[in-house]
Amino acid sequence: MTQQSRLAIWKTYKIYIGGQFPRTESGRSYAIKNSVGKTIANACQSSRKDVRDAVSAARSAWGGWNNRSGFNRGQILYRIAEMLEGRKKQLKDELMAQGYTATVATREINLSIDRLIYYAGWCDKYQALFSSVNPVASAHYNFSVPESMGVVGMLAPTNAPLLGVISLMAPCIAGGNTCLILADQEKPLAAVSFAEVLHSADVPNGVVNILTGYQQELTDWISTHMDINAIVCFDQEKPDWQKIQENGAGHVKRMFRWNTQQLLRAGGQSPYLIMDLQEIKTTWHPIQTIAGSGGAY
Amino acid sequence: MAKKKKWEYSPAPESKQPAAIAGRYALFINGKWQKPSSGTYFNSINPATEEKLSEIATANETDVNKAVQAAKQAYEKYWKKISPTERGKYIFRIARIMQERARELAVTETLDGGKPIRESRDFDIPTAANHFFYYAGWADKLDFAFPNKKANSLGVAGQITPWNFPLLMAAWKIAPALATGNTVVLKPAETTSLTTLKLAEIIQEAELPPGVVNIITGDGQTGAWLTKHNDVNKIAFTGSTEVGKIIQHTLAGSQKKLTLELGGKGANIIFEDAPIDQAVEGVVNGIFFNQGHVCCAGSRLYVQESIAKKFIQKLKDRIGTLLVGDPMDKNTDIGAINSAQQLKTIQAYIKIGKAEGATFFETDCVLPKKGFFCRPTLFTNVAQSNRIAKEEIFGPVLSILTFRTDDEVIEKANNSPYGLSAGIWTDKGARIFNLSKRIRAGVIWANTYHLFDPTSPFGGYKESGFGREGGLQGLHPYVQLS
Repeated sequence: MTQQSRLAIWKTYKIYIGGQFPRTESGRSYAIKNSVGKTIANACQSSRKDVRDAVSAARSAWGGWNNRSGFNRGQILYRIAEMLEGRKKQLKDELMAQGYTATVATREINLSIDRLIYYAGWCDKYQALFSSVNPVASAHYNFSVPESMGVVGMLAPTNAPLLGVISLMAPCIAGGNTCLILADQEKPLAAVSFAEVLHSADVPNGVVNILTGYQQELTDWISTHMDINAIVCFDQEKPDWQKIQENGAGHVKRMFRWNTQQLLRAGGQSPYLIMDLQEIKTTWHPIQTIAGSGGAY
Repeated sequence: MAKKKKWEYSPAPESKQPAAIAGRYALFINGKWQKPSSGTYFNSINPATEEKLSEIATANETDVNKAVQAAKQAYEKYWKKISPTERGKYIFRIARIMQERARELAVTETLDGGKPIRESRDFDIPTAANHFFYYAGWADKLDFAFPNKKANSLGVAGQITPWNFPLLMAAWKIAPALATGNTVVLKPAETTSLTTLKLAEIIQEAELPPGVVNIITGDGQTGAWLTKHNDVNKIAFTGSTEVGKIIQHTLAGSQKKLTLELGGKGANIIFEDAPIDQAVEGVVNGIFFNQGHVCCAGSRLYVQESIAKKFIQKLKDRIGTLLVGDPMDKNTDIGAINSAQQLKTIQAYIKIGKAEGATFFETDCVLPKKGFFCRPTLFTNVAQSNRIAKEEIFGPVLSILTFRTDDEVIEKANNSPYGLSAGIWTDKGARIFNLSKRIRAGVIWANTYHLFDPTSPFGGYKESGFGREGGLQGLHPYVQLS
């Protein structure tokens, strides 16, 4: 059999919910085109139900993920980077199929991998940096620590199909949150293949959920969902930020717009992005004062 | 059993004289007292006697604009240019003058808001002054607060405070805003403006540059104009979750930075191994402090089933000794409800609790004939789904529920849209750390309740709001990092 006569196996690009790769429950799809307008895949056009399934998967996963030690989360983020390193060729092909040059595609993939390594290292360090023991004036021991917010809805940018997803996801899950990511509408292929990377990298099911579809249709369902604690997107992006914020105000969501330009540069990463998705908890406990008389022992 | 005779106390009234309340207060804009352009004033009354204390100016849109412009100019002209050390020194001055005028402020706070003089004197006023003292010291140390970043001021901070801790909340808002280099327009709650207006006098006395702090008075409409104003760069609001959501909605799409400190339904959890008598005191403090007008009140009590009967009896005995009445009497434990409207809300919830089938208990104390008062109230046999277990009552009404296991009580405590505070009473250290980690609330009091300190960050999870006030973390809402 000659090389030419073999028919290639095309890939079905599905969504990623709770550690599984279903098609959208709605059965809808939309065509993904290459740079010359030829259809190269049919992506899932996710529905409201898919959003809800993804949120409930993320909520179920949150308790366990939040309880993992920072060290363990760090190892898993590192493992994602390892797996991605091995899939560089595939992702490069997918980026190039949608108009990237080889140089730009390679740069984006390398940056993505390095960014994962960067946040892997933060998983067990940001807590020490942003915690405090507070010198209260009464006989109490008092300390404040960051804690994850819970489930985060994330809207990927349009100019970085892979790096955008990773720049959102990494600081979010490094801090013990779980998430639902809506991939770039026009260029979702790399995000779906990245889900396969996640799936082989010891990331517990449901910690990261990735949907493809129409942003305009889905942002309303994401921003009004009562079990999403926070929303992150990039500035300079299409979604109607005012509408998202109005929706989110309905139950006091935390909402952030991260700087696109900064994120896409090498060095566009920061523990302050981890901290955007953290609450601060303060705990008090009395200190016994009956022993001794205030002097040294 | 014969009814025990109650311990009698001789009255120990504080004098009204130190309050020195003026007959009428104008708006404090650009360092001067200015008449409201609306020309209208509203009455501020003493909720314990229903007597009029003073007349307070209503700021309309023109006044709000004037105040914001004054703050904007003061930011450009003075506050941005002044050295951080000098900025800090002004704030230290405010703290010192507050300490010097502490008695005047305490008496005014009690006359205006109805809280017991003991609380104004020993908690509200000193804690407020300390807050200024604490943040004054941060002004020239911001480079140390945010590793690897530079902290930049935002500009004009619009701030809205609630009626439960008027002066203290003004301090929580103004002190960090000034320390980080912002200028301020603050609107106190309608029913309790007086101590904030006295704070304006103190700011004048401290010779802060004109317009750095502006105090405008009025109702919710005044606040709405402030939050909508285009030249305001930051909004800080403390109040109900309902209004917080409206503000967050209003700010959608704007560049304004927002912090919200909203309502709560704090779970106070008593395990069978807790020091019972101390826990009873903690529960009493948790719900009856400041008549229960506290966002972080321990208003949902969870008692482990094995000790519930004994604990509830002890609690009833203890609250039977609480003295309800004249806030100006130094013996008084529970003063006046802040307003007729709030009393109505509380009474409506008591009705709801009865209708939901919970068992009602109130003490038999005699209430004063005038003024707004409410007896310490308990509901037992409360279900998790009852409105009195879910909604914030903001009064001296405690809903009591029971539990058996640690997991059960964690789940029940977290089953709330709120997440501001919780109490944990147990003798086991490991249990404290387990619960304090798993309960979704911003402040956890273990074997204690209702403690506040300028160094200790305060604020909520979930629908209790976002952002922190107090401590190192309390600087963040007022800066932009670069």
